[in-house]
Amino acid sequence: MRHIISLLMENESGALSRVSGLFSARGYNIESLTVAPTEDATLSRMTIVTRGSDDVIEQITKQLNKLVDIVKVQDLTDGSHIERELMLVKVRASGEMREELKRMADIFRGHILDVSDKTYTIELTGPGTKLDAFLAAIDPAAILETVRTGASGIGRGDRVMKI
Amino acid sequence: MADMELTGAEIVVRCLRDEGVRHIFGYPGGAVLNIYDEIYKQKDFQHILVRHEQAAVHAADAYARCTGQVGVALVTSGPGATNAVTGIATAYMDSIPMVVITGQVPTAAIGQDAFQEVDTVGITRPCVKHNFLVKDVKELASTIKKAFYIAATGRPGPVVVDVPKDVTQHKCAYAYPKSVTMRSYNPTSKGHAGQIKKAAQMLLEAKRPILYTGGGVVLGNAAEQVTELARLLGYPVTNTLMGLGGYPSPDPLFLGMLGMHGTIEANMAMQHCDVLLAVGARFDDRVVGNPKHFAKEAHRIIHIDVDPSSISKRVRVDVPIVGEVGQVLDEIIKLIKAGKEKPDQQALKAWWAQIELWRSQDCLKYDRSAPVIKPQFVVEKLYEVTGGDAFVTSDVGQHQMWAAQYYKFAKPRRWINSGGLGTMGFGLPAAMGVQMAHPDATVACITGEGSIQMNIQELSTCKENKLPLKIILLNNGYLGMVRQWQEFFYEERYAESYMTSLPDFVKLAEAYGHVGMTIEKPEDVEPALRDAFGKYKDRLVFLNFLTDPRENVFPMIPAGKGLSEMILV
Ligand SMILES: Cc1ncc(C[n+]2csc(CCOP(=O)(O)OP(=O)(O)O)c2C)c(N)n1
Repeated sequence: MRHIISLLMENESGALSRVSGLFSARGYNIESLTVAPTEDATLSRMTIVTRGSDDVIEQITKQLNKLVDIVKVQDLTDGSHIERELMLVKVRASGEMREELKRMADIFRGHILDVSDKTYTIELTGPGTKLDAFLAAIDPAAILETVRTGASGIGRGDRVMKI
Repeated sequence: MADMELTGAEIVVRCLRDEGVRHIFGYPGGAVLNIYDEIYKQKDFQHILVRHEQAAVHAADAYARCTGQVGVALVTSGPGATNAVTGIATAYMDSIPMVVITGQVPTAAIGQDAFQEVDTVGITRPCVKHNFLVKDVKELASTIKKAFYIAATGRPGPVVVDVPKDVTQHKCAYAYPKSVTMRSYNPTSKGHAGQIKKAAQMLLEAKRPILYTGGGVVLGNAAEQVTELARLLGYPVTNTLMGLGGYPSPDPLFLGMLGMHGTIEANMAMQHCDVLLAVGARFDDRVVGNPKHFAKEAHRIIHIDVDPSSISKRVRVDVPIVGEVGQVLDEIIKLIKAGKEKPDQQALKAWWAQIELWRSQDCLKYDRSAPVIKPQFVVEKLYEVTGGDAFVTSDVGQHQMWAAQYYKFAKPRRWINSGGLGTMGFGLPAAMGVQMAHPDATVACITGEGSIQMNIQELSTCKENKLPLKIILLNNGYLGMVRQWQEFFYEERYAESYMTSLPDFVKLAEAYGHVGMTIEKPEDVEPALRDAFGKYKDRLVFLNFLTDPRENVFPMIPAGKGLSEMILV
């Protein structure tokens, strides 16, 4: 099962490598990992997307909790939550493709951030599945470059992760 | 006041003093010379100079194991730190509270591939409870305080504090914090009352109970509670290799050690119990073998551990209780004493009858009439001669298992061995750490000729500090445990497990200024031991026992197999 784990951790050098080191040392997989400081600059918020059986996920959260730099751990997938990812795609946009790509970007509510006579650079946000769907919907030969941030997640409604 | 400012080196030394440290083990080098200069000027604690940094860390580790206090080691940057890594990993695997201070190149040189630079924080990260690089002298004292706090609380473990050389020169005002609060680190101490109640009830309902206790009972100072609970209920107890001494071995309720080289009665009782109380133990692979084949009959498991991640890691548990093991056991005992319920005596009687049947197979028997010295016999005699009251350290191999099986530990913190990492070379430096902590105690190191050579240079440290250790070398001429596996699982192809050109250990001991003896006949074993612990009480005695080269450790459950696939003598 796919899980999204949210962490609050001390914004200290080395904290990130403790987390990534834990995943590699124990053979847990990481689909994506994002991290940045929060509004409180002493804290960083990390979102990890991982896969594993219930037993493995239980161990992952316990092992993360054990890391001395980690303040809080929450499995977002335990309740309702929102998940968003940002993707930048550079596509070849010449000839009749140019119009078609503009239309696809609109349908997926993307923004064209940069234009040259042969390319568009499109920004898209959404759950990972939507970004996948966009890539599947356009001509693969048109894709020049993609860059994705990995998912960030947050609980819905009153579900708040704070210290 | 500017004159109240101290240098980083002074601060390190003051912190150790204010932490109440009495002994530290270390080895100097460029990056820590400022600290050594301050050590030279003080009298609050004693520094023991080892001959290899690995030994400093093992000695500090054993010091912690036998006293319950945090062990302290100090090494230089680069090779000093890398030499220390095996010791740090050893302590980590066995959850030993320890602070290791490592020197580092000056902050400006970090990342420049400077002379004697390694990324100590990076190298040690996977084998420490936590580590710190101190970049500012203002954070030095609070970091050292945190290091001691983290090392000793929750599930204990080693903490590394990496201190760049310029930080030891910089000055700031000194104040040692009285306490620490860390928002990110709050180890659980009290068990959940509802779970404790469930556990007490489950124990009372048991028909075939067993208490399975590990290193956590020793580390958590809960041996008394285990003993009280077992006696209150009349239930059998087994200990892991790390847990020996957590229950008095000579007691009839004690079934011996369990696991790969555990007794029949302990392993069978684990297989056939209906209620299993696991305390400070982690169901590791050398204990329960393959978890798929673990426990034949329907059973329920209660697991008490201070570390939530130890629970349900390898075996699913019915009643998990996270908390200090002593506190949780106290509560369980209180509940059982307060209630009227008693265990089902009929069922218990039948269970004990079954256990006695297993026990009657006498699985630790060996040939006592052999013309060669049996290693088991040496350990039995050591037990007799020392009145069962020695601190025993060991290395890793067959001798370690014989020590665990035949020296009947009656008290916790007397059996000092590398259980988790299985580090050959641990025994001698560990014995030094124990003797420094307990100058008047009897300390024996049971070792093999392979293991002892991994840190033999420490005979010199022993001489310098006049440590009257007794080294019990069970010399079988082989890397015995390797040879045993090759005999059983590799059709007797003894690849690189036989060592020729062993030194003359007697001369070697003498060269280092100690007493050496070689013992070749069974009838000479006891007199030699009596001399060592009598006539040469105040000397280090190296006893080279030439033992049966073909002896194997039994019983044995092959790796990855279930508890019932045991190989007997
Ligand atoms: C540092 C290290 N290297 C290798 C091993 C693997 N190993 C485990 S037991 C053993 C043999 C030990 O031989 P010895 O010390 O002579 O003891 P014996 O088994 O003969 O009692 C070896 C090589 C180890 N545990 N530690």
